[in-house]
Amino acid sequence: MNLSPWIILFAPFVSAVVIVLFTERFKKLSSYISVAAVAISFVFSVAVFFGQDGTASFNWIDLGTFQVKIGYLINDLTRLMLLIVTGVGLLIHIYSIGYMAEDRGRSRYFCGLSLFMFSMLGIVLANNFIMMFIFWELVGFSSYLLIGHWFYRPAPPAAANKAFLANRLGDFGFMLGILVVWSASGTVTFDELSGHWSTLGLSPGFMTAAALLIFCGAVGKSAQFPLHVWLPDAMEGPTPVSALIHAATMVAAGVFMLVRTYFLFEPSPTALDVVLWIGLITSLLAALMATQQDDIKRVLAYSTLSQLGLMIAAVGLGAPQAGMFHLFTHASFKALLFLGAGSVIHSLQNEQNIWQMGGLQKKMPVTFWTFLIGTLALIACPPFAGFWSKDDILASSDRNIPAFLAIAAVTYLTAFYMSRLFVVAFLGQARSELARHAHESPRVMTIPLILLSIPACIAGFPFIASLFIKVPEHEGSPIGSMAVSLIAFAAGAASGYYLYKEKARDSIEIPLFEHKFYFDEMYGSLIKWTQDLLANISGFVDRWVIDGTVVRGLGGITWGAGFALRFLQVGNLQAYAFLFGAGVVLLLYFILFGTK
Amino acid sequence: MVTLNDYLFASGLLFAIGFAGVLLRRNVIIIFMALELMLNAANLSLIGFSRYNAHDGLPDYNGQVLVFFIITVAAAEVTVGLAIIVALFRARQTTHVEDMNTLKF
Repeated sequence: MNLSPWIILFAPFVSAVVIVLFTERFKKLSSYISVAAVAISFVFSVAVFFGQDGTASFNWIDLGTFQVKIGYLINDLTRLMLLIVTGVGLLIHIYSIGYMAEDRGRSRYFCGLSLFMFSMLGIVLANNFIMMFIFWELVGFSSYLLIGHWFYRPAPPAAANKAFLANRLGDFGFMLGILVVWSASGTVTFDELSGHWSTLGLSPGFMTAAALLIFCGAVGKSAQFPLHVWLPDAMEGPTPVSALIHAATMVAAGVFMLVRTYFLFEPSPTALDVVLWIGLITSLLAALMATQQDDIKRVLAYSTLSQLGLMIAAVGLGAPQAGMFHLFTHASFKALLFLGAGSVIHSLQNEQNIWQMGGLQKKMPVTFWTFLIGTLALIACPPFAGFWSKDDILASSDRNIPAFLAIAAVTYLTAFYMSRLFVVAFLGQARSELARHAHESPRVMTIPLILLSIPACIAGFPFIASLFIKVPEHEGSPIGSMAVSLIAFAAGAASGYYLYKEKARDSIEIPLFEHKFYFDEMYGSLIKWTQDLLANISGFVDRWVIDGTVVRGLGGITWGAGFALRFLQVGNLQAYAFLFGAGVVLLLYFILFGTK
Repeated sequence: MVTLNDYLFASGLLFAIGFAGVLLRRNVIIIFMALELMLNAANLSLIGFSRYNAHDGLPDYNGQVLVFFIITVAAAEVTVGLAIIVALFRARQTTHVEDMNTLKF
């Protein structure tokens, strides 16, 4: 039996357990244990990458006809995802040693990271829906721990709650979807399902419903409209956590799941259309919101949303490989951007407002250059990684004109807000005392930046990418899409650069975008309204149905019966004696003559 | 020839007279005596059964033993009952049942 997948999966788990049970008090040791665990996972992931396909499982719970199996499924998709998750995860772990050096909850933090890696790897390795769902929930839980790491401040626990609740909402649909699939096919194993699903002879409506319920899970975890609200708030967690959640793992899990279960979507064009438009709407909305944010991490968060929308849209376009390709390149440059932002925040003593930054080129050269590479990769500047993968998505939409236009618009907006971010935060003059005294971060933080900027530069070239992933081939006119992509990039970058060059404050103010289209307010009042309505209904039921008929009804019957019967208590001794005698006579009569 | 039926008839008559006394008389002491009459009616029927259920020329002593039990219980009952009546009389200055009607709604 091939042990490597199990080692990959359980190394972080062992680390989490050891930290909780034994090394909570030794903060340095805890962080090294956690890093060592993810390093082990990474090494074995590399081994698996060059190894063979395979699958294995054992029964975990056996309830007769229903069995829960724990097992792994290794194929091209798993290999790539393992490499992304453990590779980016390892760099983020190392970076965390520097970033969290002065945090007093370091042991707890690294324990959370290890638990998170364990859950994420579980999703990647899972060979069936039930196991995936278990780890899916674990990811939700461990992200809750990590986002709420600084629990003594008011915002992080609120953000953690929000993330958890939004995820639960999506997961509920996911669970229903799993049940629907299981009831229709009798199996939850991906291998068995992928072959049989379209041959089961189910009605198109049923297949669409099943696919869309499964998609709910991805909507929650990958923060798609309308459950996207948790992701920007999740920025309250420590920056490496943002990098981990947003780059390679949690939000990518949704896209990964869609690709893994693409066989459910393939037979249903309606489901694919819904997936496509949810992705595009998310992408557009998030890109518009990003243009007006002042918090460096929030801009990145919205750009993550936007890019995730593109990946989901790629799946909806029937090009899951293009989506995975973008996930692959995005993982490297988004982790790079977040860690770069973390480096800036760290050296500016937790200042996150880009208008308080500026002039960082000389003071933080490594961060500056690596952040520039990350930005160029994200805004699809050739020949950086993002250009190739975004172009693939654009090219796969060439038969769907509205989708094509939407993706082009997103490309333009991405270039615009990222150059705004870069110009304001890094160029020009220092706009605050903190920015004037900025200094480069320690080496344990800059080395992961340098390492991550390598794939951000080169991972997109078809001859390199094809080592890792099957780069989609497309007929039609790649030249046309490439030209559109280039024009959108150039226009966005140029407008962002000239609008914000040397500005001391934002020259454009669009409150609608700044307030995120008022989604939070809308949800707030919606929840208040439904809650009030529910409370009123249940109050009415409690007061009039439960109290009125059941409680008072029962009491009333007893009281009434007592009231009627007490008139028999006349108080006359001889009357009692007479009734007693009459009763005896009646009893005798029934005993002696009644049976005849 | 006196038969078991005669005994039982006499016993039933006594019991009916006693029960009628309990229902109809107003004086508690008379009611009490009527109750004793009912007990003795039961005794009489027991004796009758004992006499006419003879085995090997001997009467069935079970019935007679039960009679002694009843006499004992009746004696105890008289003690308690009379004590209650005396206590009632002290409290109410009456032995009429119609005046003892507070045990009602």
